[in-house]
Formats: sequence, structure tokens, C-alpha cells
Amino acid sequence: MESLSEPIRRPLTLDVSGLPSVAFGHRNTTWLANLFYMTIEGMMFALMFASYFYLRTRSTNWPPGHLPPALTFGVLNAVVFLLSVIPACRVKKVAPSGDRRAVTNGLLALALFALATTALRVFEFGALNCRWSDDAYSSTVWVLIGMHSGHLITELIETLVLLAISFTPKMEGTRLADAAINSDYWYFVVVTGLIVDLLIYGTTRFL
Amino acid sequence: MKPALKFIPWRFLVQAMSLDPGHHHVLHPAAPQAGNIEWLYWVIFGVLTAVFVLMIAGFTWAGAKTGVAASHPLPIMEDKEGDHRARWVVGLAMGVTVVTLFVILVISVVTGKRIHGPTSKNPVTIQVTARQWWWEITYPNPQADQTITTANEIHVPVGAPIVVLTNSKDVIHSFWAPSITGKRDLIPGYSSAFWFQVDQPGTYHGQCAEFCGLQHAHMGFSVVAEPVDQFQAWQQQQLKAAAEPSTSEAVRGRDVFLTHACLMCHTIRGTDAGSHVGPDLTHIAGRNMIAAETLPNTAGALAGWIVDPQRIKPGTRMSPNPLAPDDLQALIVYLRSLQ
Amino acid sequence: MPVAEPVIANDQDTGQSELARRLASTWRQPRGFWGWFCNTHHTDIGIRFIVTSFIFLLLGGVLAAMIRLQLVRPENSLMGPDLYNQVFTMHGSSMIFLFAVPMMFQGFGVYIVPLMCGARNIAFPRLNAFSYYLYVGGALVLWGGFLTNTGPDVGWFAYVPLSGPAYSPGHRADIWSQMITFTEVSALGVAICLATTILRHRAPGMTLNRMPMLLWEKLVISIAVIFAMPAVMIASGLLLLDRLIGTHFFNPAEGGDALLYQHLFWFFGHPEVYIIFLPGAAIVSTLVECFSRRRIFGYTPIVISVVATGFIGFSVWVHHMFATGLPQLSESFFTAASLMIVIPTGTQFFCWMATIWHGRLQLRLPMLWCFGFFFTFLIGGLSGVMLASVPVDLQVHDTYFVVAHFHYVLIGGALFPMFAGLYFWFPKIAGRMLNDRLGAWHFWLFFIGFNLTFFTLHFLGLRGMPRRVYTYGPDMHWQGLNVLASIGVVFMTAGFLVFLVNVLRSLRMGKIAGNNPWGDAGLEWAMSSPPPPYNFLHLPTVSSRDPLWEDPPDQPVVVGLRDDIRETLVTHSLDAEPQHKDEDPGPSIWPFLTALTVSAAFVGSIFTPWAVPVGAPPVIVTLIGWLWPRGQSPTPRPSGEQWSR
Repeated sequence: MESLSEPIRRPLTLDVSGLPSVAFGHRNTTWLANLFYMTIEGMMFALMFASYFYLRTRSTNWPPGHLPPALTFGVLNAVVFLLSVIPACRVKKVAPSGDRRAVTNGLLALALFALATTALRVFEFGALNCRWSDDAYSSTVWVLIGMHSGHLITELIETLVLLAISFTPKMEGTRLADAAINSDYWYFVVVTGLIVDLLIYGTTRFL
Repeated sequence: MKPALKFIPWRFLVQAMSLDPGHHHVLHPAAPQAGNIEWLYWVIFGVLTAVFVLMIAGFTWAGAKTGVAASHPLPIMEDKEGDHRARWVVGLAMGVTVVTLFVILVISVVTGKRIHGPTSKNPVTIQVTARQWWWEITYPNPQADQTITTANEIHVPVGAPIVVLTNSKDVIHSFWAPSITGKRDLIPGYSSAFWFQVDQPGTYHGQCAEFCGLQHAHMGFSVVAEPVDQFQAWQQQQLKAAAEPSTSEAVRGRDVFLTHACLMCHTIRGTDAGSHVGPDLTHIAGRNMIAAETLPNTAGALAGWIVDPQRIKPGTRMSPNPLAPDDLQALIVYLRSLQ
Repeated sequence: MPVAEPVIANDQDTGQSELARRLASTWRQPRGFWGWFCNTHHTDIGIRFIVTSFIFLLLGGVLAAMIRLQLVRPENSLMGPDLYNQVFTMHGSSMIFLFAVPMMFQGFGVYIVPLMCGARNIAFPRLNAFSYYLYVGGALVLWGGFLTNTGPDVGWFAYVPLSGPAYSPGHRADIWSQMITFTEVSALGVAICLATTILRHRAPGMTLNRMPMLLWEKLVISIAVIFAMPAVMIASGLLLLDRLIGTHFFNPAEGGDALLYQHLFWFFGHPEVYIIFLPGAAIVSTLVECFSRRRIFGYTPIVISVVATGFIGFSVWVHHMFATGLPQLSESFFTAASLMIVIPTGTQFFCWMATIWHGRLQLRLPMLWCFGFFFTFLIGGLSGVMLASVPVDLQVHDTYFVVAHFHYVLIGGALFPMFAGLYFWFPKIAGRMLNDRLGAWHFWLFFIGFNLTFFTLHFLGLRGMPRRVYTYGPDMHWQGLNVLASIGVVFMTAGFLVFLVNVLRSLRMGKIAGNNPWGDAGLEWAMSSPPPPYNFLHLPTVSSRDPLWEDPPDQPVVVGLRDDIRETLVTHSLDAEPQHKDEDPGPSIWPFLTALTVSAAFVGSIFTPWAVPVGAPPVIVTLIGWLWPRGQSPTPRPSGEQWSR
């Protein structure tokens, strides 16, 4: 066996110069980071959902001494969330082609939907029929919708920043991949939003 | 004796190793619950000691057998035959491990069933409510005037099953008398029940075992197990209202009690003092210790406690009471008459 | 430290030394005061994690010494209950959050993993730097609180209702909660970096099946961190909300639940101890292989054991709650799971023993510490089996028996491997060897002191001494054992002092280490000690599990990456086939600035909920600064970009 401290002599080579320098989809490392981030945040949501049901078992009435959150804005927002999937999907589809105009349009549409859901969310807060400091039920409802709102606002800002970048010449390879990954995160916001809606508008009525 | 050996703290070691019959020892059971747990402990201990000896022997032998002293890296080697044999040995070791763990699981579950179950149908029921930093003890009865309320000192008849109902008024505490049974947490918002039975008469010490704030260290209790007739006599005594003061100094002492901060927190049944913030003092003179097993129940200790409880248990909920010496003396005389 | 020499091929090809110069220029990190805050290279950040966490190990040790001094006599007046409660809370919190995870997972991981993978830097280097600054922020918040008499005093796990608004007025518990937020965000950041490095930046040819044990374990731990840390963030976050804005999650009077906190906390708390122990096991696996002079026995069973430990670790948390009055079925399930986790750990022990048995043991200093680990962690693990048994646990839970158990597994499972790893990788990090004789003194002093202190504590627990008591009565017959336990502190302190002397001396005049002083197999030994800023002159490929032992002399190296920009190679998660190229962002001040704005927001929210809307805009600004694309290459990016789908 060779001496261990001698550097390798005359090695063969593996030439990677022909490899692409931008990757879309699951090969992109930022995509992986986004997946991990969604897992972390998803875990936090899952634990809040579990806490919600746990606290339900500690109470005889549900909601205890409150009306359930009013349906109007919640249902409206859920519909807007579902529709918002369309521009998100579009961005993801056009980004790999490099069509910057299409990506900008898609991001603009997505940003508008994000603004709409954020605005509706403000009204949702006012229609919860309880205050966070009333009891454990109210605290949980407020934190569920509050946590999700935090994600929503973060995603709104990220979309706006990407939109801004898309107007500059810096919107090239890696940034286009980022725009596509942003759509993945938007899907996460939509799914978690719908589950939160199910809990605070649905289970408060039939559990 | 070699000079160096003189410095080894033999006295401490002997004390450490000796099984102290302090009535506060996991391995000195006075109850079938603690007894079952002690049996389980020794069985598992024996098994694990054998495992430990085998593993250490294995590592030592492996090291000694193959060890080479060298200051530079030796050549790499492999031992295909040895690895082949090792596969069987490691597999066997894993199998033995699984079986051993399974046995431990089974005996644990069985022991758990033994200590959880009620031992008879006519238990003495005790309600223990923990507070920072004392134990409110109640012997509930459907008739309100047959309910006993006391603090920190639990009396039980020897040989009778006791069921303890638990609650806490503030933070989580834990009721633990090691010679009697395992501990149970007292959690606000939860009420639970556990059983024990003391088979040997004596006084058994217990202590709060869940960190509960500033005076967690001084939140003790005792379980006094006595023959049935003595227990019943104690019960009868506890049900009585407070003894009327017989001397003028005791009367003065009662007045001091009723005109100072004392009645804001304490009950003495038969007087106007009816607050439940602090321990019930109706029969305080009959207890062995005060301040949750922190001080002996003597005149001096009582006086020191009343005048400045913060010095003895800093952070306790009882405020200092700077009484005039005569008032203090009278108060002590009165309290010590409350058998 | 000696200046890093680039590795030059023996055939004196001037092209190679030219390459080394270009790479050193491209990959250099800025110097000077501000340069320190811009550094994003993993070796520098790794050293920071190691040094900083070691400081908190020492501070936590001082707190432990204070505890032992207080308990040496009944009714001792060295500390009153208020200070004592802060001291033991700070001891536990510092050791777990400011030492154990930052050292074992973050420090060792960040330094070694990219080298062992054959990469030039860790993935997401700015996130890595940010994680370090946030960790320091959390440490400063906690200790700042303690030194201003606002230290948390509710135990390292801060159970409600004691830590809630009703029974812990003031900001002590808030400081604890936010320290958690700081350190957990930090750990999550590093977990993402390490997991991505291990999955996507391994040398071509390093299939999963050829990954060194340490990479497997760091991968498993990173995933465990990702699933476990959210639980403690929720627990401490809800506690903070209860205290700050009046929610009622843990208030039984308004429908809340005190046990909810325990479930959330321990769902994190138990995996946490495996997050601390598995890095220790990783170090032991590496060293056992190296010092038995053969490849590890039972590679596949050990990998499966590590993964199994990660999984099962999530299913045992209720064993911390056996005394709360659970249903019996629940008790039995969690006993079974807690016993089951012994199987994978036992498997690792058997495989290590077999490796030594059928190898040729060289008992060098790092290996001596491994034997210390075998002894110590074994005792801890066995006392853990006792604790898994509910009836026994009901007696010894919350007593000094448990204190003895977890110190045996934590010190055995983390501290002994940590010292083994420090003695092992110090030559790589610093370029010099630590002194063997001083190291042996360090080992024996610490080993004797540790066992003297902590073995004694088992007996104290059996004799009824509960945890977290600032004093005890003279009639409890506990003094003798407490004196014995306190004497051990003297030995352990002496051991630490010897170690510090060894490090300081060796940095100046230790024997020069060379590339691979131990003759180990991993890729981290394939360059000079310390490594140059670009790690490898040519990125390696591998064709075996033990590259420096078994790869042929003409094992290919990677060519075709640009050396005028910080180009890196991304490979496939499973078979490490080259996939595409990426660009390292290089030094940046934004991680530090973002850490400042985030810290300000976190600290502000200890005092007022308005800190969230007020603190958020600066955070957003710094994040935009971080993520805004700018020219990272000194030369413009080639117009002919190649994309892949």
C-alpha cells in the first residue's frame, strides 16, 4: 500500500467542464434548502395542529363560550388561495425556458394574489369572534392564523423582491430557478392555509 | 496504615455504604409498593451488572490482545476470518440483548400492575393538595364536619390500603416518600389517584420532588404509620375544634393571633380565624415538625419561624411578624396548647 | 499557526503551483477587523463554533463547581435559593444549548464535513456564518441576563406553570425562551447546510454506500434537528406568548394545559440528547477504525443503527413524564420504545468491540478517550435501562440518580468523544500535535474526578435526595456522599487546566503535524494541516469507503472547474455522479448584519410585542441585502450559460 502522506501522483482526471452551471427543479441545491425549510415550518404547523386537538380534549364545549369564527372572509380567502395556484404554476413552468417577460408577468400576478390574500387576512382577524387572551381556545385560533400570516407575509415580500429583480438584467439562470422554487413555497403556504382554515372554520363547527 | 490511605474519607464511605434506616430510602421499603419496586430494582441491577462486566471485559481483552505500542501509524490490516467469526458473535450478542430487554420489559410491566392496583375495597382516602411550599392534607368525608384538614403530617393506619387523590393549587409539585412508593406529580388542572399501604409502623419522610420554586428544598412531609387504634384516636382528636386556652397567658396568645396578620392566612377551628391560604393550625401542637418538615416543633423554633420566616425559608409566602416579646411568648404558649 | 501551504504534486509541475496560487487568491477570505465579520469559509466558522462552545463549557463548569460547593454541607449559606436556582438553570441551559449542540453538532460538523466530503466549502456558507452569529447572540442574551440578576431560575426545561406569568414575574423566563429561539434557529441553519453538503457536495464516486460513518451520522442528526427543534420553538414560543400578551396555552384555569408544555418540550428534548450523543458516536466510529488500523466492522449494521436511533429517538419522549399519572398502556408503550433504543446503540458497541478485537490496536491518545467513552457511556446507558422501567423510574425520577444517569451519558457520550475528537483533529486544525503526556494526565485526572463525583450521585438518589434543592437538612444523612461528590470537582478542574495548558503550549511549540499524522483514511487528511482556503487543490474522487487507504494511486481528480471564480461541483444525492456546477457566494457582511437585526427583534420581543412589527423591517432590509444578486465573480459570468431542467 502506498505511503499515506504522499500526494497522488499523476492522477487520471474527471472533466466536469461540460456540466451545466444552472439547475432547475429538484437538482437545484436551493430547492433542497427550501424543502428543508418547508419541513421545519411544516413541523411547527403540525405541532400547533396537534396542540389544537389536544386542548380540544381538555374542554367540554368547543368553542368554549364563543361563536365560531365567521365564515365569510375565511371562505373567500380560501377561494383566492386556490386560484393563486394558477400564477404560481405558470411561473414554475416558464422559468426554465428563460422567457423573462413571462416570468415577470407570472410573478406580478402571483404578487397581486398574495396581496389580496393578505388584505383578506386582515379582515379574517377581525371576524374571529374572540380575543387571543380570552382562553386557550382563542389563543390557539389566533396563533394558528397568526403563524400562517407570518408565512404569508414572508412569501409576499419574497415574491415582490423577485418581481423587482425580474425587471433588472440580473434575472438570469439562478434567479429564474429561485423564482420557480418560490412557487413551491407558495404551494406550501396555500396547503397550510387551507388546513388552518379547516381547523378554525370547520372543526369549530363540527367537532 | 500507609500514609496516603489516611486521607481517604473512610467515615464518609462507611456512612455512604451503610444502609441508613432513615425511613427515607428507596432500598428500605416499608410498604408493598416500595417493596415490589425494590425487588425489580435488584433484579435489573443484577442483570445490568453482568452486562457491564462482560462488556468491559470484552473491551479490555480486545485492547490487550491486539494492542501495539507505536508512535507512528502502523500498516492497515484486515482479518476476513476474524470478521466472519465476529458476525456470529455480534449476532448472538444482539439476540441476547433483545431477549434481555424483553424480559426487563415484562417484569417492569408486571411490577407496574402490582403497584398500581388497589389492594382492597375499603381504603382510607386522603386528598393531598400541594402548594408553594407545603402540603394541605384532607381526609374527605361525605359529612363536612367529619372531614379532617391538616398540613404536612399524614397519619395512616398500619396495614390498611390508602388511596391518595392529588391536586395542586399553583405549580407542579411531586409527592414522594421513597420508603413507601414511587412518586406522583401534582399538576394544577389534573386530579389523579395512587395507592399505597404501610406495613411497618414508623414515621416516614417524604419530600417534594418536582422543582417548584424558591423553597422546593424545604417542602417536606411525613407519613406517620400507626396501629389502627392509635390512628383512630388521632382522627378523633383532629376532628375536635381547637382547645380552649386554659391560662391567661394562653388567652392573651389567642388574642395576639386574632389581632395580627396570623388570621389572614391560617385557620384555627373554633375561633374566627378561617383562612385557607396557609396551613390549618387547629392541632399544630400535635405535629412533630413545622414549616413543612423544616424545623422541629419546639417553642424556640416556632418563635423564630413566626418572627422571621424569611430567614429560614427565604421566599416563603409567610411575612415576618415583628411581635413584642410578651406577645410572642403568649402566642407561643397558646399555639403549643393546641394539641 | 503555521501558514497554510498549498499541496503541490511531487513532479514539481509549475502549473500546479500556479493553480494553487490562483485558487488561494480566488478563495481567500478577507483579513482585518471587518474582514472577520465577512468570513464564510467553513473551517474558520467551525473553529469559531468549537472555541466559543468550549468557553461556555468552562463557564458551565464554574457554575457546576458553585453547585457542588453549596451542597458540600447541610444548610450551607454560600448561595441562597434565588441565586442557586439561577445557577443550576444556567448550568443546564449553558451546557445543553451553548456547549453540547454547538460543539458536537455544529463545531465538529461544520469543520469536518466539507473536508470529508471532498468539497471546497460547506453548502450555503452565508447561512452557516449567520448561524454562528445567532448562536453568539443567544449566548450573550442568556449570560447578559444572568450577570444582571435576570438569569432564568426555573430549571433548564422551565416547566409551566412555574415559568408562566403567574409564578415567574419579570423577564427571567423570557430571556430563557428567547435564548432557545436564538440557538435553535442557529442549529436549524447548520442542519440545512450540513444536510445539503452531505447530500449534494460529496466527491464523485462517494456513493451512499461509501460514505464515512461520520457523514452518515451528521446526515441523520441534521434530519433529527429539523424535526425536533420546531417542537421546542413552539414550546418556548407559546410560553413567551403566555407571558407577553396574555394567551392561555398553559393556564388550566382558562382551558390551557400544563402537560401540553411537557409533551412539546420533551418531543424535542429526547431527540436533543441523541443530537448530542450521535456526533460522539460518529467520532468514536472514526477513531476506532483509524486506531485499529482496519476498516470498521459492521458498516451496514452501524449505519442502520444510527438511522434507527434517529427514528426511535422520536418515540420515547413520554418516559420523562412517567410520574404524571399516565394510563398504564401508555407507560408500557414508552417503556418498550425506550428499551428498544438500546438495541441499535448496543449494536454499535458490539461492532466497535469487534473492530478492535480483529484489528491491531494503537492506543494513541484519542483512542484512550474512546475507551473512556466506552466505560462511561456504558454505565450511563445501563442506568438508562433502569429508568426505562416505570416502577423504578417512579422512585428515582427527579432525584440525583437521574442526575448521575444523564451526566454519565452526556459526559460519556459527548465530552469524552469531544476530547477524543479534539486530540484527533487538532493537528489538522492547527498544524501541530498536542502533547501526549499532558494529554494522558488530562485523561486520568478527568476520568477519576468524573467517576468520583457522578457515581456517588446514584447513591444519593437512592437515599432520597431530590434534584434542584439548594440545601438539605443535617438529619438526612446526605452530607458524606455530597462531600465525596464535591471532591471530584477538584480532579476534573485540574484535568481541564492541564488541557488548556496543552493547547496553549502546542499552538506555539507542538510538533508539526503534516498532512496525516494518524494515518487515517478520510479525505480531510489529504491536504496540508491546516487546510488552505480552497481545501483541495483538485477536488478528489473516491472509489472506496476508506479513500486514503484503499483508493488506487491514480484515482482520478476533478478538472474543468474554473479557478477564477468560486466554482463548486454539485453531485447526485445517492451515487454522487457529477450533476452541475454552482458558485460559492464568497465573503459577505450580510450574515452578520442580518444576525444583528434578527437579534434586535428577538431581544426586543422579550420586553414588548411591538418589537415584532418594529423589528421586522430591518430584518427584511438585511435579508434583501443578503439575497440581492450582485456580481460575485471578479470576471463577468460567461454569456453562454448552460442550463439543465
